[in-house]
This record gives sequence, C-alpha cells and structure tokens, in this order.
Amino acid sequence: MPDLIAVAMSGGVDSSTVAALLKRDGYNVAGLTMQLWNQRRLPEVANDAATGRCCSLDDVYDARRVAEHVGMPYYVVNLERQFEKSVVEPFVDEYLAGRTPVPCTLCNTFIKFDQFLELADSVGAGAVATGHYARIARHPETGRYQMRTAVDRSKDQTYFLWGLTQDQLARTMFPLGEMTKAEVRALAVDFNLPVAGKHESYEICFVPNGDYAAFMDAYLREKGIAPDATEGAIVDAEGRELGRHAGAHGFTVGQRRGLGIAAKEPLYVIATNTQSRTVTVGSNDDLLRSGLAARDIRWLSWPGLTAPARVRVRIRNRHVPAEAMLYPLSETRAEARFDEPQRAVTPGQAAVFYSGDLVVGGGWIE
Amino acid sequence: MQYFYFDHNATTPVAPEVLRDLTETLVEICGNASSIHHFGQAAKQRLEGSRREIAARIGSDPREIVFTSGGTESDNLAIFGIARKDLAKGSGPGSGIRLRNHVITSTIEHPAVLNACAQLEREGAEVTYLPVGAEGIVRLDDVRRALRSTTGLITIMHANNETGAVQPVREIGVLSRAAGAVFHSDGVQMAGRVQVNVREIGVDLYSISGHKFGAPKGIGALYVRKGTALDPMLFGGHHERDRRAGTENVPGASALGRAAALAVNWMEIGVLRDRLERGILSRVHGAKANGSIEHRLPNTTNICFDGIEGEAIVIALDLRGYAVSSGSACSSGAVEPSHVLLAMGLSPEEARSSVRFSLGPENTEKEVDGLIEAVEASVAHLRRISPTMNQSSEAKHA
Repeated sequence: MPDLIAVAMSGGVDSSTVAALLKRDGYNVAGLTMQLWNQRRLPEVANDAATGRCCSLDDVYDARRVAEHVGMPYYVVNLERQFEKSVVEPFVDEYLAGRTPVPCTLCNTFIKFDQFLELADSVGAGAVATGHYARIARHPETGRYQMRTAVDRSKDQTYFLWGLTQDQLARTMFPLGEMTKAEVRALAVDFNLPVAGKHESYEICFVPNGDYAAFMDAYLREKGIAPDATEGAIVDAEGRELGRHAGAHGFTVGQRRGLGIAAKEPLYVIATNTQSRTVTVGSNDDLLRSGLAARDIRWLSWPGLTAPARVRVRIRNRHVPAEAMLYPLSETRAEARFDEPQRAVTPGQAAVFYSGDLVVGGGWIE
Repeated sequence: MQYFYFDHNATTPVAPEVLRDLTETLVEICGNASSIHHFGQAAKQRLEGSRREIAARIGSDPREIVFTSGGTESDNLAIFGIARKDLAKGSGPGSGIRLRNHVITSTIEHPAVLNACAQLEREGAEVTYLPVGAEGIVRLDDVRRALRSTTGLITIMHANNETGAVQPVREIGVLSRAAGAVFHSDGVQMAGRVQVNVREIGVDLYSISGHKFGAPKGIGALYVRKGTALDPMLFGGHHERDRRAGTENVPGASALGRAAALAVNWMEIGVLRDRLERGILSRVHGAKANGSIEHRLPNTTNICFDGIEGEAIVIALDLRGYAVSSGSACSSGAVEPSHVLLAMGLSPEEARSSVRFSLGPENTEKEVDGLIEAVEASVAHLRRISPTMNQSSEAKHA
C-alpha cells in the first residue's frame, strides 16, 4: 500500500478538493480535522454565526461528508489545549501589549505544521497535505526545500507560511499552489464535492465577527483576570490631548475610524502605547516609515543572510511587497530599508521577505 | 482491508438469530399491540412473550419490565420518575411532609445519569456525587456518610463502561432500603452479559440496553420493582401499564427478548481479555492497566500508555483495522479526557493517554494476538515520533 497522506480538512472547498485530487491520483489518504477552539466556550461572544465557523459542527459535518464522498477514513482530532497555549494566549498577550498579532502564522508554525504534522506522523501518515495556496520545491543542487508564491497571486498565503522549517516542508504538500481558485472551484464541481458551492471565510477562526475587543474581554473575564485600567488619552505628535479612549489595545496602527475626534484632515493612529495608555494620532504622512527591524527571523528558501541583499518586503497580508535592501543584524534579526516609505508598519505583524516568487524568510516587526 | 471489532462497550453487532427474529417480527407481526383484533393479539403475544423471557433472565416478574428506547431513556425514566415526585410536592404551599429531594449518585456514572442529575439540580434537588478510589469503585462508607433523612434516590451503576469496574450494588441496596430510599442501578454494561438477578442485588430500578448484548439499537428496558411508585415521563396512551406511553416497538422488544434468551455468559471472554492485557503489558513499555483488576467486567481492559495520546493510538489502530476507543467523543467527534479516569485520580495527561479495549463473544484468539501486535507496532512508531515524550517516560521508569 502506498504511504499514507493525511489531508487537513477544514470542511471548505480548498481542502476538500485536495483530498479528492490526491485520491484520484492514487494516493492512500485519510482526512483529519483539527478541533482547535470550542466556539461555545465564551457565550458572550458566541452568536448564530458561530455555528458556521471554523471548528463548528457544520464544518465537521461537511468535512465528514466529503471524506465519505471521496472514500477515505476521517477523524476529528482534539488540539484545543495546544491551540490555546500556542496561538490564543500569545494572541491575547500581544494584543494587550499594544501590538497587532497574526494568529494564523502562529497556528501554521506551531499547530498545523508542528503538532498536527506530528500527530499525522504518529498515526502512520508520513506527509500532510493542506489546501494552502503556496508552492514547495526542492532545490536540485543544494537539496534545500524552497517555497514560492502561489500561481494565483490573489490567493497566495505565503505571508502566513514563512515560519515552516526544512523538516516541516519536507513532509508537506500544497497541491493547490499551481492552480487558480477558479480552477479549484471547477475541480470541486467536477468531483461533485458536496461543498463545491460553499463560501469561504476570511476571519480569524476563534474571534467571532472579527471583534477582537469583545473576544478579549470575554476571554479575560473567563480567566478571572480583570484588565488594569486601560482608559487613556488620544494625543497628537506633540503630546497635546485631543480626546480620550477606553483602551489603547483597541487600536491598530493605520486605523482611521472610531477615534471620535473631529478634525480638518483625516486622523490616523500612528502609534499605541499600552504602558503610558496613549494613542498617538496624526496625518496620513505621519504613518510613513522608511524601514523596519524584524526579530525571530526564520530563513526559509535561503539558508541565511550574511551580506546585504535586495528583497521585497510584505508587511501585511494584502500589502504589495515593497522593494528594499535587507541588512543582517544577527542570525535572526535584520533591518529592511525601503526604496519608498511604507504606510503603517505595525509592530507585532510579520515582515516576509521575497526574492522574485521565492519566499526568502520572515520575522516579526519590532 | 479486514476490520476487527474491540469496542463492545460502545455497542455490539446484532446476533444472527436476533436478526432473524427481528425481520420475522417486522414482516409477520404487523398489528398494534394495543388493538383488540387478531393482528393486535399476535403483536401483544409477541411483546409479552419477550417480556417473560427478559423477566426470567433477571429474576423478576414480567409485570416489572417496562420497555423503553434504550439505556438513556431507562435511566431518565428511573431518575425523573422518582425524584420529581418530591420536587413537585415541595412547590405546593404549606406541605408539612418530609421532602425526599436529595439524590446520591457517583462521579463515574454514564452521562445519561450525570446529566439527568444535573437537570434535577436545576429543578431544585440536591445531588451528592460520590468520589471513587483508584480502583474506580464507590466506597460504602461514602454512601453511608452521604445518606440524609431527605435522601429519596440512590443511583449507582452496576458496571462502569470505561473501566468495567463493578460497583458494590448489593451492599448499596441494603443501605438504601435501611434509609427508605429508592435504589436505581444502570445495568447497561452488565445485563445480558453476566448473570444478573435483580432480587439478589436488591435494586428497585434497573436499566437495560439491548444493543450492548446483540439486540438492535433503540430498544431497552427498565426493571421497576413491584410497589415502586414511578411517575411517567412520556404522556399518551395506557401503554406499559401507564409507565411509558407510545406504541410498543414490538420487533425491537421481540429482538431484545431473543437476545436475552441467547445471551452467552461473557465470563468466558475473560480468558481472551486477560491474554490481550498480559500481551500488551508485557510487550509495551510504560503501559499499565487502569482501575480494579479483581472487580470488573470480563470483557474490558483500560490501559494507559505513558506519554502517548490515546486519540493517536485509536486512529493508528483504526488505520490498521482494529476498532478501540479512548475517552468520550464530544459532539464534533473529537475526544475529551474521560471523566471516569479523572475521577479515579488519574492526571489529565494519563487520562488522555488511556485506551479502552472491550471484547465480545465473536472475538478470537487470533484476533487478539493480531491486536497485541498492532498495539506494539503503533506505540513503537508513536514513541519514535515523539522522542521527548519517550525520554520523559524512560526517566520515570528507570
């Protein structure tokens, strides 16, 4: 029997198509769904929408149906503890520290391609396949695994995948990396998959309606942690108080709405400081930065950086990567200097470095 | 691929003779057992024949058997049928009588009992959840201490579904009678497998589930000792002597009676179970059996594999064709640590590392030997994958 491949099933079109594709191509496949978060855990923030979300019973139902349709065994595995420790807790800490975290990167790095990969391996599956849009290939000479952006640029997910190690890449398959979303949808229809017409979700799976603040309040209340007084001042670059806010962690760099201040020019959040409980605002130009420093860098397609190099840097998921020079500061720190100043460089977000369509590596913006 | 079934405490395959009885009844007995005519009489005869069969097997009078849809309904009928009487009295004004609104149960009961008790609490009853020791068995001293003048119901299972631990029901029955309480026991894992005599045990109410011993799902029974005042849960016609309304499931009841008549003595399965347990414990490093070895069902062994996720073993074994289980499935199908093992004092890690093997009459020595090998290979693979876990367990066993 050929080696077993575990397909990470979310119940959506992409992962379902992966399962059907691999099965068609003669692979021995099993479907696995990760139960990561109990959507009923925080009743204050749960709503009807919670039933249509990640880890919801509806998605498990769909994934199970697809597994039956494809004809493969299917299991739900409980990774709730690991998810809370590796993703939710750091998310809350970062958020309270005034940074804007990227939980999907943490989940990919520490859950999907770590705990899940290990679990798959432990039940006899040597490789894991997911519905991510990215490409993995091995360099013919160096033997190093490299990652390239997806053929479908609009679906590319490499911004969340830069944390994968060589060992993880060696055991991972992204069958959709060479396809466009339209092709995937057409395949899903061809395969007659019961989820072919399903809508996709872009939200963070454990935060209903994208309401971070409500989630944070409910989560901290459940833990019995009363957040310190968070109310403070909204100030301009000179420190003049323009208004008050309920908590600096409720603001993101670049944010324009919800400041509650009338001004001639539109005002944007330039910086937040949870220590001094101030939110600094200014004009759009004040948001521009000429560079950034990144920490905890993981080098992916390149083995490392020893000399300055020309790259393109992506600082948000939908950001068009900006031309920059990248200067090594240490093995895991580097400084990027943009050719053109970039708007809203946000501490806590990831900076991902590209060379052509190659994902060089990434790190966290300081 | 060939599949082998080692999860009989979840459910059992329908025995061929039972299947014949079931289909025969479905086809031939088309009447409503409450009807006066020939068709109704035939259905009634089939129903009552089955009731006599079941009664004979557990040492009761046929009139003491109420057919239900299964274990959960039997447990609910017993618990609410007794406990709600006094709660209802309590709501009336100036009732000078002593209310028996206290219920004693244990922390290792099936959810059908635990969640029924939780509901009683919401309705105003007081419930004591007795702890168990490392053996997974309720201590009589704890029962004695928990008894109050207001105790109206004691509900303690006969054998536990996860560990197989057999509870001292006879002794609890004595305490219950002395206290003037009603004693219910969930006998779902016991009845039809091991000789049970309700008079000897001294229970007032005893739950039976068909699919645990070769009858189909959706049929069960509740033994109600003569003289036990039980309020119904379902309201409708005068079926089952006004204790359970609803047109009788004659094919199911007939199959239940047939399964009871055919019931083989599962004591013999103990030999195979012991072979499995010895094989695993001797060949797999860091494995230990959970709960009582002496007082347990002959078909069950619950084994903790140090440092390994039980969930992973279950999946790995399934992919090799062996069906076993771990913990209890939550609504999505993911596994949560067993409340029974936690109640026995196991850490959450140990509980998550535990796997239940439950055998049945159709398992063979060859299958057992195959399972031992599959467990050994799966665990060895799992330990290779998780070297850190392995090291910690090595250290502990050194």
